[in-house]
Amino acid sequence: MDFIEILFTAGFWAATLRIATPLIFGTLGELVCERAGVLNLGIEGIMTMGAMSGWMWVYMGGDLVSGILFAAFIGMLFGLLHSLFAVYLGLSQHVAGIGITMLASSLSYFVFRMLLPTATTPPKIDPFQSYPIPGLSDLPYVGTPLFTQTPMTYGAFVVVLVVWYVLYSTPVGLAVRMTGENPIAAEAQGIDVLAVRTGAVVVGSGLMSVGGAFLTMSAFDAFYFGMVNGRGWICVALVIFASWNPGKALLGALLFAGIDAWQVRVQQLPGINIPYQFFLMAPYVLSIVAMIVMSRRALYPKALLVPFRRGERT
Amino acid sequence: MTAILKLVNISKRFGSLTANDAISLSLEEGEILALLGENGAGKTTLMNILFGHYTADEGHVEVFGKPLPPGQPDAALAAGIGMVHQHFSLADNLSVLENIMLGTESLWAWRQDTAFATGRIKQLSRDFGLTVDPMAQVSTLTVGERQRVEILKALYRDARILILDEPTAVLTPQESESLFETLRSLVDRGMSIIFISHKLNEIVSVSDRVMVIRRGKVVAEQPIRGADRASLAEAMVGHTVHAPKGDVLAPGDVVFQLQNVSAGAADGGQPLVDVDLAIHQHEIVGIAGVSGNGQQTLADLISGLCRPGSGSMTLFGNKLAHYNPDVMVKSGVGRIPEDRNRVGVIGEMTVQENLISEKRRRLPFSKFGFMNAKVIEDHAARQIDAFDVRCQGPHAETRLLSGGNVQKLILARVLDAEPSLLLADQPSRGLDVGAVAYVHEKILDARARGCGVLLISEDLEELMALSDRIVVIYHGRLSQPVNPEDITARDIGLMMSGQSEAA
Repeated sequence: MDFIEILFTAGFWAATLRIATPLIFGTLGELVCERAGVLNLGIEGIMTMGAMSGWMWVYMGGDLVSGILFAAFIGMLFGLLHSLFAVYLGLSQHVAGIGITMLASSLSYFVFRMLLPTATTPPKIDPFQSYPIPGLSDLPYVGTPLFTQTPMTYGAFVVVLVVWYVLYSTPVGLAVRMTGENPIAAEAQGIDVLAVRTGAVVVGSGLMSVGGAFLTMSAFDAFYFGMVNGRGWICVALVIFASWNPGKALLGALLFAGIDAWQVRVQQLPGINIPYQFFLMAPYVLSIVAMIVMSRRALYPKALLVPFRRGERT
Repeated sequence: MTAILKLVNISKRFGSLTANDAISLSLEEGEILALLGENGAGKTTLMNILFGHYTADEGHVEVFGKPLPPGQPDAALAAGIGMVHQHFSLADNLSVLENIMLGTESLWAWRQDTAFATGRIKQLSRDFGLTVDPMAQVSTLTVGERQRVEILKALYRDARILILDEPTAVLTPQESESLFETLRSLVDRGMSIIFISHKLNEIVSVSDRVMVIRRGKVVAEQPIRGADRASLAEAMVGHTVHAPKGDVLAPGDVVFQLQNVSAGAADGGQPLVDVDLAIHQHEIVGIAGVSGNGQQTLADLISGLCRPGSGSMTLFGNKLAHYNPDVMVKSGVGRIPEDRNRVGVIGEMTVQENLISEKRRRLPFSKFGFMNAKVIEDHAARQIDAFDVRCQGPHAETRLLSGGNVQKLILARVLDAEPSLLLADQPSRGLDVGAVAYVHEKILDARARGCGVLLISEDLEELMALSDRIVVIYHGRLSQPVNPEDITARDIGLMMSGQSEAA
């Protein structure tokens, strides 16, 4: 087996989709916020919160599906908090977002320790199991990697379609894009800019939170400290990589996940004398390269980072 | 005739500035009412109150006999009011269709009826001669087309009252003429229009009735028939306006010279090709030309923003070793840039900061690397006074100033340094009568003091009135200089389109 052969194994493709799942949720969540003109750097913390709250719900006796809904709800609350600062008060979106990340991450660990003070090894839950789609999972080559995933991975792909449809084919999607491009024009058309932005941030934060919940409820079965491990920041970069387009966001997430899955496997090849840290670096280095190439043509939302204050002279 | 729209005793204050002072207005069905006033007189504020962008401190609005709830653009839209803003409110990265459809359907609908909307837009386009492709992305449209989209937006919503804020400021004369035709055809079909402008000519040609606003108050109101232009101008400005005229002065030494200079433009604009030009003391050299023929590159050369590729450029007899804006300013060049808001000032910074931005590192404004707040503030207060910059004071944010006042601020900054060479790039574009006269007077004062001036303008009248010599720029080349007294505007027009060379 060599570098290239890895790409033809079912295990590689299955891992790519699995690694991509939280990134897809997170990137779409961030994309929805930014399309409305609001940068949400709370993403890293909101994903941590989602990972903790969804897991805790199940650990306390809830079922998996309601656990996801609970994680989404908690994420939306933090989205509401971000909107209060960044939308209604028109404060710096960077500062508010970083603040949300610090608050939500720390609060996750705090609540976890409060509720489980004595646990030394992280307790486990029964996570989502892979669900082979009848018929499709028996297809040669693609059956195992594509159609023998957990329900949340299928869900991620469905969410891409939903976000794409809503953004481009419904009045509310048009309103979201307009408030991200030119909020003054949107207001002149009778749109309540603050409400639309808040709605987008709340929904986007819910999606991020579900991305975090995937980690504890599907990929793994326990909550660890630091388990989101920068995935939120990767999502912020992927939104730029994707030029704020949901389809390209999916591609970007798959590309990043693919490189990650590949490097893990290359590390284990016999006779490789390169320090493994270089392989760990690979996805990040390649994302930076891809970003430089892709984002030069990026059509960013014109009003991104621009607070909208009603009735002020412009 | 009945009044379909009434504004009653509207007052609005921003801090200590009273933008509107008890203004009342009524609009009758099927008429075009012109609001005439200088920049900063309060016309736009009044219309923004009507449209619900601002909430009035006092007074109320009635549409078709019913009171209009304040501060709600959607209520104004529902009442049949459409507004075309001076700075278009369109999203560049969206299509014409999307811009028009926004907010016309229930937000919670599962799909958009684009087929219906496209058909309706095409129908309206045909009916009113407002040709535009609904599928085009707004960023690809010309300014004239964007304005049509704005009007279509209002028509699409069945507006019965249309407000246009300085609609011709960005249009070519031909585009303005076609806009006026559209407005007349709209009025014929029962639309009522409020037309905001500071240009007397177009108000006289398009409106039925005129209301003049000065410093937030109504100072005159009369039917346009029989209105006397001179008296309207006087009402608008508050005093008689005299076009300033320069004295006859003998040119002195050469202050700036280009010999066989070729220079490439930044951002792929028109480069200069083998250009010769000399500017003397006590002299205004006018550059005439259609925009985009190399004026930008010429202005950048003098501003220190680009360097000559070949040929020699001398400033006050010296060849320059370095080309950057700082060197140019220190050598005694004053720059009035073409785009005053984007290049001339930093809108988010205060008036006093913008006033010292070119000499911030010099005594007495800073010492040992520390700014001297007191000196800077006193300096700003003096300049605001001397140049009549209307603002709330040295600490006012510059973006809140009107166009004319921003230009006065730039003049104050530039002329305070007593430059020996002055670049005036479109110095009076978009300014009202009073402000134009003021800018011209200041430029002539600089000339009298011995400054050499390069005046770049698209306004032939301005060039003919001020210049000692006129040079036409076409495809990056300069014509021989001509004396404005020996040539007609028509001949210059021909040279500008490349159809004739100067003798």
